[in-house]
Amino acid sequence: MKAVKVENLYKSYGSVQALNDLSFQVEAGQIYGIIGPDGAGKTSLFRILTTLLLADKGTASVDGFDVVKDYKEIRRRIGYMPGRFSLYQDLSVEENLQFFASVFNTTIRENYHLIKDIYVQIEPFKDRKAGKLSGGMKQKLALCCALIHKPSVLFLDEPTTGVDPVSRKEFWEMLRKLKEQEITMLVSTPYMDEASLCDKIALIQQGRFLQEATPRQIIDQFEETLWAVQSNNMHMLIAHLRSHPQVTSCFAFGEVHHVTVQDTLPMDEMKQYLHNLGHTQIRIESIRPVIEDCYMVLAQKQTS
Amino acid sequence: MSQPVIQTEQLTKRFGAFTAVDRISFQVDKGEIFGFLGANGAGKTTAMRMLCGLSKPTSGKGTVAGYNIASQSESVKRSIGYMSQKFSLYEDLKVWENIRLFAGIYGMEERLIAPKTDELLTRLGFADERNTLVKALPLGWKQKLSFSVSIFHEPRIVFLDEPTGGVDPVTRRQFWELIYDAADRGITVFVTTHYMDEAEYCNRVSIMVDGRIEALDTPGNLKQQFGAHSMDEVFLQLARKATRKAD
Repeated sequence: MKAVKVENLYKSYGSVQALNDLSFQVEAGQIYGIIGPDGAGKTSLFRILTTLLLADKGTASVDGFDVVKDYKEIRRRIGYMPGRFSLYQDLSVEENLQFFASVFNTTIRENYHLIKDIYVQIEPFKDRKAGKLSGGMKQKLALCCALIHKPSVLFLDEPTTGVDPVSRKEFWEMLRKLKEQEITMLVSTPYMDEASLCDKIALIQQGRFLQEATPRQIIDQFEETLWAVQSNNMHMLIAHLRSHPQVTSCFAFGEVHHVTVQDTLPMDEMKQYLHNLGHTQIRIESIRPVIEDCYMVLAQKQTS
Repeated sequence: MSQPVIQTEQLTKRFGAFTAVDRISFQVDKGEIFGFLGANGAGKTTAMRMLCGLSKPTSGKGTVAGYNIASQSESVKRSIGYMSQKFSLYEDLKVWENIRLFAGIYGMEERLIAPKTDELLTRLGFADERNTLVKALPLGWKQKLSFSVSIFHEPRIVFLDEPTGGVDPVTRRQFWELIYDAADRGITVFVTTHYMDEAEYCNRVSIMVDGRIEALDTPGNLKQQFGAHSMDEVFLQLARKATRKAD
């Protein structure tokens, strides 16, 4: 049985089409990533799947239960960590956890093994009010609260947004450990580098999936040769590369620029072109694309 | 040589027994793009609030645009621009109304505002959106407009607090083009980000750990110093040393 099944889902707010004919399935036990920027429709999708919002059209089920008809059953089974911090600010860390356990008719002790690794990190502050915690701690507490009733499917809506790179890595390590407990996870994120940590991903833009596959498949489907180009003047380099008639795309990518060109352009010629424009220390090498490269190409194809 | 646009000496902020910012000393030059990095809770926001004249230092001193941040905070506020992902524009005002409002707040002369608004909207390709409510704009447009508004009054320096969070990859890169343009015009840019590829676009980068600046140099030199291939690695090496991360 599929953990999540979505068929031809639509949702609009006035003239804004938030979700535009989405269909996908999530296998039980997988980490499934929904990857795209703010405003792409991620939260609308999560709210429909967690039975908090009704779709305009289409069907969706979680654990075989329909999100409309069987909403009560779904609410018992799932865990949901919304994007905005949603715990009770005036309750302590421990009180929040107890509250969520009691709402789901369980106790902290019963499922402590699930949250132990995470909870020990915030336990020294268990008497502190949730509102007084730092961002990283709030996030850990929210995850504990979403897990305490041993959900079969966990929905994590942008759990790492605004979080620094170290805490992001730690958070994903926690998710990997949870996977061993056979919990299915749907995670949304605007950070493209998190894609590789998912079993399967969907790249979303303006309510539509640009592509849906494993991260490796998406990268393998990148059709062109991707070049990493460097010189002594990176800022001028981007303008010069873009003004070359045979350059098809050029994006800054940290310390290099990622460039695609028409097949007919040999790199020796490119080097000479840049050299003539005054660049020195020119380095060009072919590289394997990352998900962000794929996203940009697909996004531009859809827009144009 | 011209005076640095930002200069701090042993700048410190304590809240009770907790030292949020611990004796930081650094300077930023005119037209520089300065990346201000650190883990959540390292003290970035507190430091930035002091530099913007919003919070008084406990000890140490600092000047921004030549004004003392403790005793001349009102002059500091008039010399800077500020933009963050969380606070940018008023959603229920039209594009031109937002520009008009912020230009007024920043004390621009009345007669300069209208022609400059036209020029800005044309340059951004937003001329048709003049009468659009800001809430109807896509996020990426909002961020670009918000940045342009923050430097509309030609401040000496602009503070950008995670300006590209959640923005799509193409717009994120266009945003950096705007940052470069501003720096080329002589505006100093002080920027925080959690995207480590963006750290590479800065002239110099500082990394804060537990309230202190643990590293400050060009991205190239930092990578060399830490034997790292990317700024991401440099950041991880430093931030993992933090002891007060748990708080």
